[in-house]
Order: sequence, then C-alpha cells, then structure tokens
Amino acid sequence: MRTGLIAKKLGMTRIFNDNGHHVPVTVLQLENLQVVAQRTVEKDGYTALQLGAGTRKVKNVTKGQRGHFAKAEVEPKAKVAEFRVSDDALVDVGAEITADHFIPGQYVDVVGTSKGKGFAGAMKRHNFGGLRASHGVSISHRSHGSTGQCQDPGRVFKGKKMAGHLGDARTTVQNLEIVEARASEGLLLVRGGVPGAKNGWVLVSDAVKKALPENVPTPAAFKLPAKEEAAPVEAAPAEAEAPKAPAEGNEE
Amino acid sequence: MNIIQKLEAEQIAKQTEGKTIPDFQAGDTLRVDVKIREGERERIQAFEGVCIARANKGISSNFTVRKLSYGEGVERVFPLYGPAVDNITVVRRGKVRRAKLYYLRGRTGKAARIAEKKDWHRKK
Repeated sequence: MRTGLIAKKLGMTRIFNDNGHHVPVTVLQLENLQVVAQRTVEKDGYTALQLGAGTRKVKNVTKGQRGHFAKAEVEPKAKVAEFRVSDDALVDVGAEITADHFIPGQYVDVVGTSKGKGFAGAMKRHNFGGLRASHGVSISHRSHGSTGQCQDPGRVFKGKKMAGHLGDARTTVQNLEIVEARASEGLLLVRGGVPGAKNGWVLVSDAVKKALPENVPTPAAFKLPAKEEAAPVEAAPAEAEAPKAPAEGNEE
Repeated sequence: MNIIQKLEAEQIAKQTEGKTIPDFQAGDTLRVDVKIREGERERIQAFEGVCIARANKGISSNFTVRKLSYGEGVERVFPLYGPAVDNITVVRRGKVRRAKLYYLRGRTGKAARIAEKKDWHRKK
C-alpha cells in the first residue's frame, strides 16, 4: 500500500483531450508536501507516514508542534495527515513528495470536507419527497412525513432521518481518474469534482476499488532535501531514481 | 494570473494553434465548419445561421447559432475553442441592440430579420 498525498483544491476547469472530447477537471496543487514522521510497528503498533503540507507562520505554531516539526527538520505545516502504508512503502522523513506520484489514467480516491449547508430540511438533506402542493396540505409542503408508529414503540427510533445540519463533513469520492500530473508545477488534474471549497485541503490516495497500474512509482515519487553537502547529495539521485523503476508487484 | 487562468490560457493557445477565430458577436450570420467523425473517416459539415448568444469565459467560451431547418428552428451551442469546430466564417454582420437575441426564438420570416451593419471595420 503506497502513501497518499495532501493537496489543495484550486478549482475546476476543462480540458480538450486528443479525441476532441471535453473533460471536466479539478485542479489540485501540492504545496511543500513533506514527510513529517514515520509510524512503525515497533514504536506505534502500526505502519504509516505522517505528511504535512502548506506553510504556517512560526508564531502561530504551538511549542509542542514546533518541536515536532523541528525534529523532522521541516517548515511548520498548515495541514498534517497520516496515511497507512505497507512496511516496504515507508519514505524518509523530510522527503518531498512530488505530483508524479500518480500517473495519468490511474484512479484515485479523494477525501475532503464538504461545503457546509447549515440547518437543512429533510427534502434537501435526505432527498425526501415532501408533502403535496394541494389537497388540503397547509404550511407543511416541505416537511418530512410521519416519524414512526403509534403507542407501540411510543418513541422515535434512533437514526431517524430528519432535518438537521448538512455538509461540512468528511466526504470521500472514489474512482476519480488522473488526467494529468505535472511534477514541475506540483499540479494534479483529476477528472470530475472533489468535495470541499476552493483552497480546502484534500487527501488523495490510490483507489481502493481499482487495480493499481504496474508502472506507478513505488514506494513513492519524492525528492530528498539537498541541504547538507556530503551524504544526502549522493543519496538523492540514487533515491530519486529508485522510485522511477517499475514496481515489483502490486501490493494490496 | 492564478494557476487556473494559466492552465486555461495554455489550453486556449494549444487549441487555437493554426486556427484563427474571427471577431464576431450576436447578430452576425456565421458559417461554422464542424468536424464529424464517422468511424475512421472524418468529414466537415457546415452549420450556417445567426449567432444569437456568445459567452466569453476562458476555455469554456461558447456561442449559440440558430437557423431554420425545414421550417423548424434549430440551435447549436459550440465551444469556441473546441477541436470539433474546424473553422468559423462571418457571412454577414448584423446590427442589433442586444447581447443575447433570445427574442428571435418566437419569430420567423419578416419579423426575424436583422439589419446589416454597414460601418463595420476590424478593430486594430
């Protein structure tokens, strides 16, 4: 299982493909996406990568978080998220994940926070039919109908669909196709809509319901920071080439 | 220019390569050459009529052409930068006082006439 990545939703546009068909796309941008920490079985009981994206002013970061980011030697991040990975898909702390992590034609799942709609009625929130427009119905045209039985349960069952808060919830959209991945600009073009408002953070990962293509970079497409001269510079090209190599096999 | 606008400008440049889109507006009579693919073969079909609306919105710009076909009004919305639109020719310049000529939908014959613009010259 490869890691996913954190991206910012920039908005939607369209693209005309080679067949002349128009494709609606959502543009996602990768902003300083780096590995902040590793979770390992020995230490934490599970394997995962903690990624961070965006930037936050140092003065707005708590002392504890400053220490956490300092340990990873990365800038303070605006958004931090964990992705469960398999043991062999761990990436070094500080590595920058690039957009060519996904290849065009592959499918991804996108998680975002949907736009808040406030307190919504049963018709909008649960697609209820409402009441009739005439035939004696007064005032309650958009109400839900009955909420239960009679004296025999004598109460409304839990989970009954009623009016209430709609939106502003974690929402997953599965099986969106990657149309284009531009590593140089850190842009991902995903076919179709993605939950949430513009400038919102979304989590993009390999689709769970589609087979992973053979030639995706494993464990991830990343760049190591070329800060210190001696060791990392040597390591970086070797490491950078490694993910380009074809995958040994599709892990579940 | 934000990133979306940049992407759209890039797309427009790619789609208009080797193509010129003439200046036209609502009221003009246009001949639109549309590429039609039939299996392997590709041919071009012309659609000639009055442009009754134009929407300028980047790569999503489009225009509506209305014509009468065997007495039946037909409207087609073309994407301005769509690859299916091979060529656009302005047949006649119309003099109108609206941006959207939806009022033509209720009219036929003499009532649907549009005066020709005589003083038109290309903007530099």
